[in-house]
Amino acid sequence: MSNSFHIVVCGGIVPDPLQTLEPAIGPNGPALKNELLLPHVLDPWAAHALYEAAHLAKAHAGSPPVSKVWLVSLAPKAKLQQVMMTVAQRVPFELVAVDGPSGGFTDSFDVAEALAGAIEGVPGLDRARLLLFGGWESASRAAGATMQMVGERLGITEQFQGVDELTVGEDGSLRILERVEGGQHQVSVCSGPPAVLGWATGNLPEPANSPQIGMQNMRLMMSALQKAKPARVGAGCTFASVALPKQQRETRVVKGAGVEEIAREIVEWVTAE
Amino acid sequence: MSETILFLAHTEADSSLSRLALEALAAAKSLGGTLVVALIGSDVQTAADSIAGCGASRFLSVAGEAFSESRYASDAAAVEALVKAARATIVIAPQTSQFARCVAGVAQRLGGRIDTHVAAIAEGPQVTRWYYRQRMEAAIERAQRPWFLLVESGIAEPYPSRDQQGAVAVEMLPAEVSSRTRVLGRQAPKAERQTIRADAKLLFVAGAGWTKKQADGAAHIDDAARLILGFLTATGASLGSSKSLVDLSGEGQAVLPFLSHMNQVGQTGSTPRHPKGLSTCCHGEEPHVVGWRFIRERRAINLDANCGWARGKADVLYVADAFAVMERVNALLVETA
Repeated sequence: MSNSFHIVVCGGIVPDPLQTLEPAIGPNGPALKNELLLPHVLDPWAAHALYEAAHLAKAHAGSPPVSKVWLVSLAPKAKLQQVMMTVAQRVPFELVAVDGPSGGFTDSFDVAEALAGAIEGVPGLDRARLLLFGGWESASRAAGATMQMVGERLGITEQFQGVDELTVGEDGSLRILERVEGGQHQVSVCSGPPAVLGWATGNLPEPANSPQIGMQNMRLMMSALQKAKPARVGAGCTFASVALPKQQRETRVVKGAGVEEIAREIVEWVTAE
Repeated sequence: MSETILFLAHTEADSSLSRLALEALAAAKSLGGTLVVALIGSDVQTAADSIAGCGASRFLSVAGEAFSESRYASDAAAVEALVKAARATIVIAPQTSQFARCVAGVAQRLGGRIDTHVAAIAEGPQVTRWYYRQRMEAAIERAQRPWFLLVESGIAEPYPSRDQQGAVAVEMLPAEVSSRTRVLGRQAPKAERQTIRADAKLLFVAGAGWTKKQADGAAHIDDAARLILGFLTATGASLGSSKSLVDLSGEGQAVLPFLSHMNQVGQTGSTPRHPKGLSTCCHGEEPHVVGWRFIRERRAINLDANCGWARGKADVLYVADAFAVMERVNALLVETA
C-alpha cells in the first residue's frame, strides 16, 4: 500500500548557539541585546524535524497524491530570509512565512494562533494526511508548549513529544519512539495521520548543501516572504526580571601536576559524601 | 482574588507518587488558597491515602486501566475533566514526560496559559523559569487563568507522604477516551547497557575528544569505552555526552558504542540535576554550559588550560590527559573498594 503524507514543519529561528546572549528591556518588554544584529539559525530541534520530514517524504513519495513538505516559520521577514539562504540548500520544502517576532519572550499561545492560522491557509493541504512536525522545544522559549497548542487548534488529538524515531508500517500506521524518563523510549503505534510529532534529535545528520535543491526552493521562497502576513504576538505575561545567571566560578586550574596526584584528588572528591 | 490551586499528578507503576510529584505538592501548598488534589492512574487510592493530610479540600481523580499508560488523547481528556471539576485557577503539576506531552494542549482547550520548566514559585504568585536553554532566568506573573505550571525537581522539599496517612474519599470523574494510539511499552535505547541514572550523585560527561585522534595519531575508541564504563561501574555515575550522536555521525566520527540520544546534555540535550559533575575531553563552547546549569560541584579534565568552557564554569580544571588520569582513577577506585 502506498502511503504519502503532507508534512508541515513548524520551525522558528534562534540566535546562533555560539553567540553570547544578554537580555535587554525595551518598550515592549524583554528582548535580546542587539537581537536583530545577531546571526540566526533555524532552531536546532526544528531543523531535526525538517530533515526527518524530508527523509519521510522522500521515502514515501507516493504516486499521486504525492508527499510534500512545508516549513511554516514565524520570524522577522528580513532575518528569516537570511536564514533561509542556508536552510533552503538542505532539503526540498515550500516556505510559509509569517512576519513577527521570533524571540523567546513571546507567549506560546499567541505563536500557536499565528502558526495554526498560517497552516489553515496553506493551499492544497490535505488535513487527512497531515503530519505536523516541529521541535519538542525551542532553543529560545524552550517551553515545549507550542506544538501541542497548534495541534489542538487544528483538531489533532494524536500527539507525541520528544520523538526520536518514526516508522511507517505497510498499513500506514505510525510506530513512534518518544523520550521518557530513565533514559528510555515509549513505543506507541498510531493508526495514521493526522498526528503531531515534536521531534528531539531524531536519527538524521544535517544534510549536505545542495545548490540544486537551493535553486528549486528559492523559486517560491521570495514570493512566500513577500506574502508573509504580520502576526500579533505578545508576551502574555508581566516580566518582573530577566537576568543572566550570577554564577561565575573561581576556577582552580591544576596545571603541571602528575597523573597520580590528580587521580587521587578526583577519587577523594568523588567518594566524599 | 482567592486562588483555587489544583495539584495535578499521575501515579507511578506501583501506584505511588514520585518524589517530583511530592515536591510539586509542597509547592502547591506554599501558595495558600484552596487546595484541590487531582490524580490520574490505573488505581489512585493508595496515592491519595498517602497524602491524606495535605490539607486539600477535595480529592478528584480520573482512574482506570485506560489511564495506566501515558498517551496524549486520554491524558488530555483526564486533565481537562479534572481542571473543569475543580474550577482551578492555578494548576501545578510535575514536569514529567506525561504532563509535558499533554498539559499545554489542555491549556489551549480551556483558554488558559502555561509555563513549563518552572524553577521557583514565590508569592504573587511569581514564577521563575529559564529562557534560551538555561542561559537567562526570568521571573514572571500572569493575570490569565487558568494558569498551568509544570515544575522542575528541586522546587521544594517533597511533601512527607507515608502509607496510609489517612483514608480519603476520592471523587471519581469520567473522561472520554478516544484514541487511535496504542502504547506498546517502554524500551531502552540500542546501547550495550543503561548508563543514564537520574538519581546518581555524579554526572560524568564524555566529550567528543574521547573519540578523536590522540598524541600517537590514532583514535583509541576501545580504550575510551573501557575507561568510561569502568568509571561508571565503580562509581554508579550517570553518563552524559557533550554532542549529539547525529552530529557526531554526521561528521564521520566514531561513536562510543554505549552512547544513545538520551545521554546528550546541553543545547539539544538535557540539563540533568546531580550534586557533582566531572567532564572530560569537552570543548570550550559556551552552549555546553547549559547542560551543567543544575550541577552543583563541577570539575573538568582538559588538555587546554584556557578552555573557555571550564574557566569560570568549573570549580577545578585539571590540565591533563584524560586517558591517563581516568586509567589511574579507575585503578584507585578498585583499590579503595
